[in-house]
Amino acid sequence: MATIDSKIPEGALAEKWSNYKAHQKLVNPANKRKLDIIVVGSGLAGASAAATLGSLGFKVKCFCIQDSPRRAHSIAAQGGINAAKNYQNDGDSVYRLFMDTIKGGDYRAREANVYRLAEVSNNIIDQCVAQGVPFAREYGGTLANRSFGGSQVSRTFYARGQTGQQLLLGAYSALCYQVNQGNVELFTRCEMLDLVMIKDDKGKERARGIIYRDLVSGEIKRCSAHAVVVGTGGYGNAYFLSTNAMTSNGSAIMQCYRKGAWFANPAFAQIHPTCIPVQGDKQSKLTLMSESLRNDGRIWVPKKLEDAQKLQKGLINPNDIPDEDRDFYLERRYPAFGNLVPRDVASRAAKERCDKGYGVNATGLAVFLDFKYAIQTFGKQVIADKYGNLFDMYEEITDVNPYENPMMIFPAIHYTMGGLWVDYELQTSIPGLFAIGECNFSDHGANRLGASALMQGLADGYFVLPYTIQSYLADQISIPRFSTDLPEFEAAEKAVKERIAKLMRINGKRSVDSIHKELGHIMWEYVGMGRTEESLKTAIKKLDEVEKTFWTDLRIPGDAQTLNVELEKALRLIDFIETGKLMAYDALNREESCGGHFREEHQTPEGEALRHDDKFSYVACWSYKGEGKKPEMLKEPLNYEFVKVETRNYKN
Amino acid sequence: MEKTISFKLKIWRQRGPKEKGQFKVYEMKDISTDASFLEMLDILNEQLINAGEEPVVFDHDCREGICGMCSLYINGYPHGPATGATTCQLYMRRFKDGETITVEPWRSAGFPIIRDLMVDRTAYDKIMQAGGYVSINTGGVPDANSIPISKEKADLAMDAASCIGCGACENLCPSRPISAITVNGISIHHNA
Repeated sequence: MATIDSKIPEGALAEKWSNYKAHQKLVNPANKRKLDIIVVGSGLAGASAAATLGSLGFKVKCFCIQDSPRRAHSIAAQGGINAAKNYQNDGDSVYRLFMDTIKGGDYRAREANVYRLAEVSNNIIDQCVAQGVPFAREYGGTLANRSFGGSQVSRTFYARGQTGQQLLLGAYSALCYQVNQGNVELFTRCEMLDLVMIKDDKGKERARGIIYRDLVSGEIKRCSAHAVVVGTGGYGNAYFLSTNAMTSNGSAIMQCYRKGAWFANPAFAQIHPTCIPVQGDKQSKLTLMSESLRNDGRIWVPKKLEDAQKLQKGLINPNDIPDEDRDFYLERRYPAFGNLVPRDVASRAAKERCDKGYGVNATGLAVFLDFKYAIQTFGKQVIADKYGNLFDMYEEITDVNPYENPMMIFPAIHYTMGGLWVDYELQTSIPGLFAIGECNFSDHGANRLGASALMQGLADGYFVLPYTIQSYLADQISIPRFSTDLPEFEAAEKAVKERIAKLMRINGKRSVDSIHKELGHIMWEYVGMGRTEESLKTAIKKLDEVEKTFWTDLRIPGDAQTLNVELEKALRLIDFIETGKLMAYDALNREESCGGHFREEHQTPEGEALRHDDKFSYVACWSYKGEGKKPEMLKEPLNYEFVKVETRNYKN
Repeated sequence: MEKTISFKLKIWRQRGPKEKGQFKVYEMKDISTDASFLEMLDILNEQLINAGEEPVVFDHDCREGICGMCSLYINGYPHGPATGATTCQLYMRRFKDGETITVEPWRSAGFPIIRDLMVDRTAYDKIMQAGGYVSINTGGVPDANSIPISKEKADLAMDAASCIGCGACENLCPSRPISAITVNGISIHHNA
């Protein structure tokens, strides 16, 4: 078995990153101009990386699946971005942000990576303010903060309920600057379809380019570079219904995986507790209600089963239930953190109540998030100022006014902590291939804390990758630019075209979406919030059947050589099916509960997640072994040198 | 009880930028009023695919009113009946049983049609790339709290920055920058 070198620098935790930067190899300005870098993805991670690499002088080609980088799904992040500024004087520090993140991730992330993340978090806020990001401010003119789950300090910076949008517009602006300067070339409405590898003079394969499809013309094209960076987000849409955007997909991850990059901890998916509940089988996505609402909203279900049953039948109004008959179950179970427990804990607690029959809507799959108390305390105007746009959105979708009635919420797939394995330099197991943002596995362990995704995406893009990639590129300065006429490109393009032709030939009866819904149902039912050995084995069997359905019954109307949305979706769906299997394998292997991964066989008498550190304190790295073959699992042990590993406690 | 409505959809179909387009009429039956407008189009496309026809092409992505990808001119108004929300946040309860709903692409020479309801909005990126950016490189910036900005100014900046870049405002005549529609939760949609 290969040993895994995560390239963690020597030294004390707080000095590792400084030491790394002080001693790493750099590329001089004249040589930077001779080096090409492909960045796939233009969300927070991709855009910030492309802009920064461009401003350093590298020649960057940035690929964007939408019509503009400003559409990337980072834009939908509502609540905020964490940083250890301690502007509130409430006891925050780099170490505390690091500790909260490690603990929030249920001790399944690398210490050195997480510490670096906490360290650069402050630079991000400085950078964004310099760009003009309109963060919320106090009357005195200084920056305001709010609290998020999993912490006892207020360290979250925000721009109303549109923080992701404002940060993305900042990164987009920086990217446009570099396009203007001629350092970044932008490819919009283009989707990566494969990674191209070329052997160096020592016979070592390196990532040297991509094959992509121009989504408007349908043409298959080639692009070469000295290094490839993927920042393509997560694979939550394997569940069909999620809070992700419709084009969010995990195909770039799978293409890299099939070329030899390890897929780390695929089972770690985050289920967000506060989404608008599922309504019907025609629904296309789930809408998130920001975690920031848990600052002021109280989550409850009825104490009495008969009240819950009446609510399910629509016989009573929630306001008819007196306070003493309401079960504020998060406050009851977790007095120290109350409604602000981490997402995995809040989601499971909601499932537990609903499983016992206390759900509050017709399907029995919803709990209340009530602002009555906050409105009584602060007045309606204060609440409207804080959450007005979210309340409007809620009313538009559900036709219920949340100022007068409690919101109904239920957990939904939101984020994937798993992703491409990367070392400390954010390099995957393929030389020259880097992964940043949600599509790598690196910083969130088994559960991500709120307001940490924006932090990680921008940390990777602005402040980590632009350093670490130079350590790789410093050895590449004498390598001339690659021609896309090389046989490796020829072969990769041919394989992509054959795959497409194979899809077009199926000529069955089912639409992509109808099969995708089937996949989503299996994933939610058997690889969802509560997993068992039996459910996972069932999932694997059923996923094989879905795969068979796909290859025999799919119908893609139209031609491949032109704009074809169904073909785009089909290419993504077949990768989601394979991702789903990988998630099930990983969940089956990990016989413990940690973070978002809950194996029902492994829980404490109180129903909390039960980790088995003696057996599973490792990163599970899945290595592709060929079509139809079970992947091999490699272990990267997690050695906690600085932190005492404990059972997470949000009770006291 | 779920409420449903039936209606006619009159949709613009156009194969490519240079080809001639035309309205096509589709009958929609028993559509839940809880469905979003785009989910209703998903249902239409499912029907078209099942009948072996090509689906209607339209832009969409986040489906929560923030990415600015969705568009559509619905019953003569960008993003449909004035609700202060994007098309993806428009729900069928806004429509009546038996009505004819007309759906067109953005009507602006600056946004040429790619296919059906999908248009090309790269003009916006070109403006940004021509100088609509902030010239700040990464790193070397002062501490975020070193320059206080009054809450009032920060709030105004946020109002302006909340535009989602969908292009709806280009479709109102006369269109001037001052009448820009910023949809997501901001009510000047009505006054544009």
